[in-house]
Amino acid sequence: MSQSFLGRLGGNLRDVWKYSGMRFKIGLFITFFFLILGFGVSNIPHTNPFFHFSYLPLQPPSATNFLGTTSLGQDTFWMLVNAVRNSLTLGLIAATIGTVIGIFMGLLAGFSGGVVDRVISTITDTFIVIPTLPILILITALIGGGASVIMLALVLSIFGWAWPSRQVRSMALSLKERDFIYTAKFSGESTPQIIITEILPYAMTWSLVSFMNATLGAIAAESGLAILGLSPANLVTLGNMIQWARDRNAVLMGHWYWIGSPIVALVFLFIGLFLLISGYNDYLSRRRGQ
Amino acid sequence: MKFWKFLIIRILTCLLTIWIGVTILFFVPRFFPSDPIEGLVMQMTMLYGNMDPAMQESIRATLQAQFGLEGSLFTQYLHFLRNGLLGFDFGPSLMNFPTPVTDLIAVRMPYTVFLSLFTTLIAWVVGNLIGLYAGFRKDKRSARVMEMVAIFIYPIPYFLVALILQIVFAFLLGWFPLTSNIIFHMGPWVWFTSLIRSSILPALSILLIGVGWWILSMKALASSIASDDFVSYARYRGISESKIAGKYIFRNSMLTQVTALALALGGVFSGALLAEIIFNYPGVGTLVQQAIMQSDYNMIMGTITISIVAISVATLLVDLLYPFFDPRIRYS
Repeated sequence: MSQSFLGRLGGNLRDVWKYSGMRFKIGLFITFFFLILGFGVSNIPHTNPFFHFSYLPLQPPSATNFLGTTSLGQDTFWMLVNAVRNSLTLGLIAATIGTVIGIFMGLLAGFSGGVVDRVISTITDTFIVIPTLPILILITALIGGGASVIMLALVLSIFGWAWPSRQVRSMALSLKERDFIYTAKFSGESTPQIIITEILPYAMTWSLVSFMNATLGAIAAESGLAILGLSPANLVTLGNMIQWARDRNAVLMGHWYWIGSPIVALVFLFIGLFLLISGYNDYLSRRRGQ
Repeated sequence: MKFWKFLIIRILTCLLTIWIGVTILFFVPRFFPSDPIEGLVMQMTMLYGNMDPAMQESIRATLQAQFGLEGSLFTQYLHFLRNGLLGFDFGPSLMNFPTPVTDLIAVRMPYTVFLSLFTTLIAWVVGNLIGLYAGFRKDKRSARVMEMVAIFIYPIPYFLVALILQIVFAFLLGWFPLTSNIIFHMGPWVWFTSLIRSSILPALSILLIGVGWWILSMKALASSIASDDFVSYARYRGISESKIAGKYIFRNSMLTQVTALALALGGVFSGALLAEIIFNYPGVGTLVQQAIMQSDYNMIMGTITISIVAISVATLLVDLLYPFFDPRIRYS
């Protein structure tokens, strides 16, 4: 069973690679680079970038400090690596929670119909329209600087579920009328069973896109909160790294490696994820066209 | 008749959005263990040394009244709905005591509206025109280049673009002020030019991302409509290409793009807040930031409630444009 599943997954991946365009490939490359940096390289033993004055402050790049040091004598390179790991972790956790809730709500709305559908749809639409940043500001301001990664991810996912829910709902509505669902229904499968065996595989393909979107959104939201000084102060994230450098006047003093490295990393991370998303979307629409 | 039905449904949805948004705003913070009043009392004891318990108690009571935290949760909620949502009365600002929160917001709001309204409209028009071109002439090199540029700009968050613009154009090149510098005391002309000079970079950051998004979405729409049968049929009938682009493709994609504009407003507003903070622009964003730094919860609640109402009303107004593009709603 697992053998055939893995085999199928491998086949799918090969299929995706073969039929996807350049955009997808570049996006995949950039995303993998960051995943390796965040979850691979960060495990190599190094001095804790949190400790002050492990090195001389404000050093230019050298063999020991690849990207120089901060004004507090922290190593910029290892700080960046840790920030990538924490930002990615945060984004992935928030996106997972948001997508799972979104799929559940979307399926529930699409398949129940009637009053349940109307109530869920209204709430979903509200969550899409509401300006999220102000509410996130309020919540994080109340938590204060002491939140953990999980706590922050939970807060970010409050608004992450609405978009996937809306998409899954419209997908469920169109699937509901397809022949194979009727076949399954007439052959005596119960509704939950149909959802798990017939619908969920479809929803998964679709939700991959909104999952990546949600990851991107969560990382962006966290770094936005960091600019306001609302990201947990004890957590090295890309947003916090930028904010700390700004706070200590890295721009005015022209310490480009210090302020520049998290900016460049974030820009590339976002472009990479976006290329991956739009490339995968292209692949999906091309496959539907075949 | 269909138009009235459309109108009533949209207005009801708008009211519902505001109500749900404000309700989340009221209840979510109350599920978190932190207590702003204890925080403030602690701050005061740290500032002024130890106070006797009776004095602490009276401070606590006063603060509770100021924050509207008296009585049961339900009375607080009703109080908040009645005073805050209907009367726009959020009590005094604690950082500028005793000026009411609403007065302070009223001074800042026009700047934010000015910044986000203009940039959103310009971005929408420019982006859709470029997107239409890129989708209609998708095999041309210039169309591909524009799409590539859009792909590389759109995914970057607003504040990051703002930060990069600030570093490049204000710090390295020195063309614009590093932070907003609006001069009030030297007459309206100086005020106006300094306002424009201070607004260009924050506006540009919102504009760039907006244009990127509208190019991408319009390009996808236009190229899918361009391959529809009715477009080929129009070509066979000998209708000119510019007419096909304008009447057939543009008008059909407008329906989707107007709805998309309504959905995008919240995001633009959030982006404008952060761009303001980067450039220290005197809008609601910097007000929120100051309120956070000084734990002015009345101010935070006030700005956010008014933002939710403003965004929802703006969304409603954009939605009401829909019938102008869709004759099915207007005439039947």
